[in-house]
Amino acid sequence: MTNEENTIVCRCSDVTLKELRDLIAEGYTDYNEIKRLTRIGMGPCQGKTCTQIVLRELSMATGKKVSEIENQKNRPPVVGVKLKLISEEAQNND
Amino acid sequence: MTKKANIVIIGGGISGCSAAYNLAKKGVKGIVVLEKSYLSSGATGRCGAGVRMQWGTEMNCKLAKQSIEFYEQANEILDYKRNVDFKQGGYLLIASTDKEMEQFAKNVKLQNSLGIPSRLLTLREAKEIVPHLNTEGLTGAAYCGKDGFLNPFKTTDAYYLAAKRLGVEFMTHTEVVDIVVKGNKIKKVVTTSGDIHTETVINAAGGYSKPICDMVGVELPVYSERHQILVTEPVEPMQDPMVMSFSLNLYCQQAPEGTFIMGRGDASEPRDLRITSSWQFLDEMAKTITQVLPPLGNLRVIRQWSGLYNMTPDKQPIYGKVDEVDGFYLAVGFSGHGFMFGPLTGIILSEMILKEKPTIDVDMLGLDRFEKGNLILEPSVV
Ligand SMILES: Cc1cc2nc3c(=O)[nH]c(=O)nc-3n(C[C@H](O)[C@H](O)[C@H](O)COP(=O)(O)OP(=O)(O)OC[C@H]3O[C@@H](n4cnc5c(N)ncnc54)[C@H](O)[C@@H]3O)c2cc1C
Repeated sequence: MTNEENTIVCRCSDVTLKELRDLIAEGYTDYNEIKRLTRIGMGPCQGKTCTQIVLRELSMATGKKVSEIENQKNRPPVVGVKLKLISEEAQNND
Repeated sequence: MTKKANIVIIGGGISGCSAAYNLAKKGVKGIVVLEKSYLSSGATGRCGAGVRMQWGTEMNCKLAKQSIEFYEQANEILDYKRNVDFKQGGYLLIASTDKEMEQFAKNVKLQNSLGIPSRLLTLREAKEIVPHLNTEGLTGAAYCGKDGFLNPFKTTDAYYLAAKRLGVEFMTHTEVVDIVVKGNKIKKVVTTSGDIHTETVINAAGGYSKPICDMVGVELPVYSERHQILVTEPVEPMQDPMVMSFSLNLYCQQAPEGTFIMGRGDASEPRDLRITSSWQFLDEMAKTITQVLPPLGNLRVIRQWSGLYNMTPDKQPIYGKVDEVDGFYLAVGFSGHGFMFGPLTGIILSEMILKEKPTIDVDMLGLDRFEKGNLILEPSVV
């Protein structure tokens, strides 16, 4: 048995497996709602590890296949970029 | 599947959820909220999470002030066990011309007359509040400490849970595709999950308010405009207020999680319901923010997205009935500031539908104002 309270699902936003399972038990079965209430997938890694765990938990709870569950949109940028660098690049191109 | 409802609310954003809660609290049964995607999937969940009392029209000031007073106690009133994360770190509005400062002076006078504790600041005073503000090219500022940050997802969730406990039915992933009207009476709402017979409908569809009005043949003088926004990696607390400029067209605040949220307006943004992201926005945002708040240049952008502003000609919302169809109510046209009006939107709509004495007289915000030409333009928007 995993210790839900000590298992971190999302390292960026510090969300435990227990918090995730509690939300699912409350009836939140939409990936996007869970993301917005917990900030899972909203941190610097942009869901690279946690998304799969959430999808697996949702799959177990709803009986849907992981591939059938609506997942988060990949939003730009792909990796974090400093605002200063973007600004300098933009000015060079002006 | 065919069912019946007393009231159908179209839209599961802050407006729809607040209307549902307020009606249910007053004892109305048979309320159904329809949302084509998930709750908060529209503008509400895409917004800048800012709430402010510092407005330039009497109506906007009153709506914002009473809504913020509600938000101060939202966790208790809505009996919410998570937290709506209301942080009243203030709004610092910066002016870059003398003319803009004159407008601020007018606004502050109006705001003070309505009990809003805003004031004008010199640049030195502004820098005391935000030490990393670059005051070069600025002429002054206005400030109100009651303004601040509020979590849009959790606030909508709080309304949703409270409404659900009072018996409201929420149907997500259910899109309204038609509304059947006979004579001037609503017969039913046609959805992707079946028909719902009802005589009363609230249009709280945000950026999609116009397509919904088209279904009942009501002409709405609004358009939807894309607005883009980004968030950075989280850092230690370093900026209390939202910093906002109308002339530079930007806003930027640090959320309680430590991330910075920032966005800007741009008159050349598309008006075709598109909600994609562009690199032009990223470039322009980065240039202005490194100019105005230089240390933020060191922060990494981790995500950008966009949403729709539903714009009216005077940048004030449209509330209430329409002449053509009985039982059809509007809560639309929030012009980029409907999240902060959520509480009053729900209260006003419930009072209109139940024919109660209004908390605030919003006659001036009816659809007929555009025909009559009684427009009072809100000057202070990004
Ligand atoms: C980038 C950005 C920043 C903003 N910043 C702020 C801010 O800091 N402070 C502030 O107060 N406001 C801000 N706003 C404005 C604010 O987000 C909106 O005014 C507010 O959220 C409107 O809420 P709503 O419930 O009326 O609409 P929405 O939240 O848009 O809800 C409407 C819902 O209706 C649903 N819908 C539409 N058509 C149908 C259909 N046919 N069938 C079923 N459902 C349907 C949509 O999916 C949507 O969820 C911002 C907006 C944007 C885009």
